Amino acid sequence: MTIDTWLKTALADAERRGLPELKPLLESLAQAMRTLRDADFNEDAGR
Amino acid sequence: MFTIEEFGRKLRAREISAAEMTDECLRRIADGNARINAFIHVMTDEARRQAHEADRELAGGRDRGALHGVPVSIKDIFDIRGTATTAASRVRDNHVAGHDATVITHLRHAGAVLIGKTNLHEFAFGTTSEDSAFGPARNPIDPTRSPGGSSGGSAASIVAGMALASLGSDTGGSIRIPSAACGTVGLKPTYDELPIEGVVPLSRTLDHVGPITRSVPDAWHMQQALLGREAGRPLVATPISSLRLAVPRAYFCDLLDDEVRATFESSLEALRKGGARIDDAGIQHAKTIAPIYMHISFGDAAAYHATTLETMPDRYTPPVRVRLELARYVLAEDYVRALAGREVLRREVDAALSGHDALVLPSLPIPAPVIGANFVQIGSAKEAVRPLMLRLTQLFNLTGHPAISLPCGTTSAGLPCGLQLVGGRMHTESLLRIAFAVEQVLSS
Repeated sequence: MTIDTWLKTALADAERRGLPELKPLLESLAQAMRTLRDADFNEDAGR
Repeated sequence: MFTIEEFGRKLRAREISAAEMTDECLRRIADGNARINAFIHVMTDEARRQAHEADRELAGGRDRGALHGVPVSIKDIFDIRGTATTAASRVRDNHVAGHDATVITHLRHAGAVLIGKTNLHEFAFGTTSEDSAFGPARNPIDPTRSPGGSSGGSAASIVAGMALASLGSDTGGSIRIPSAACGTVGLKPTYDELPIEGVVPLSRTLDHVGPITRSVPDAWHMQQALLGREAGRPLVATPISSLRLAVPRAYFCDLLDDEVRATFESSLEALRKGGARIDDAGIQHAKTIAPIYMHISFGDAAAYHATTLETMPDRYTPPVRVRLELARYVLAEDYVRALAGREVLRREVDAALSGHDALVLPSLPIPAPVIGANFVQIGSAKEAVRPLMLRLTQLFNLTGHPAISLPCGTTSAGLPCGLQLVGGRMHTESLLRIAFAVEQVLSS
């Protein structure tokens, strides 16, 4: 799942569950996901 | 208030009894707990019974060692048979522990007096100890401020003289952060060195247990007891002139309160004057530490709390519930990436330690924050309190290296600052010898 898709889905889910206070936290988690996925230690089937 | 060693000398010289020491701690709890809320449950009758037994044993010639008759407070995340383990949460209402945690059994065998259960950040899932079903724990030095967390009540109980030592747990810094915020010594041993059976988990692969004390030798005595060993020999300091230390400056010294930075640098200067060699070191993937920590701790916490988040969400404090709900959005593929990154970080810390006895860095980038503050100002930057408080400690939960925080001075407002030393894995005793040498330099 791409981070953008994940974030869109997660934000909608938080809204549906009545947890709007999750929104800024989900955006912070998305940033952490980007840093993690950009790291050079990740394995990649195409490399 | 005495250190464990000072009390031990007086106890064996018959200048004080365990019962008298315990009564003094109980008196201080009665007088001061309303102010700092360090204790959730005071075990008055049981503590007095244990103290009288310790006195009877000593009079009969049985000396269990350094912890004999020593009042010890216990973070309310450890099972003590017959008492509730609340983890500072209403989720645990009606819980009664059927058995002692293994480390509690070891403390009993060492002759410790269990004086009560201390307040914490709910389920150890926070760094300030303010989100607790029992109200916030407060810093004895300034009750408008946090004692740090999650073992905040434990560190506060030592500073307030309500116990001579405390048992805490540390998943991202929860022993070292309150030690820095309150001015105590806090030891996180090597991962898996002390048993975690009977401890409410936050993340089984990051959770450590360890002591909070008034001195490094006291941490040694507690560590020996927690290991279930006879504490027969004193701690000997490594000669300061033989120490080779390394400071990981990039990332770890990038974001520090001005007074914390000044205190840290003057501590390094004192160590240099004492003859220690201090080099610089680097952790190449330092910027991935927080994302890796977040994914592993969140994934583990989400698994443990999934059922109760569905069945009793309103029993959590709102901030802890929201962050646990956030944890449930971690994806498996990112959790696996974090596990791979953790191995990289472990090798990088090993490499930084190569040729050195220990890493040295601050324990906490800021002095104890004001209770209720979500952000603090560092220079021109406004920083979120929680990630900032974890910034310098969480790496060593990921890598499992032993780490200790000890006091290294105060700010102009009298708030303590902590110095952190990190040793080689499975070399906790060596780290304590180094820390004892550093403590002697910094306190002279």
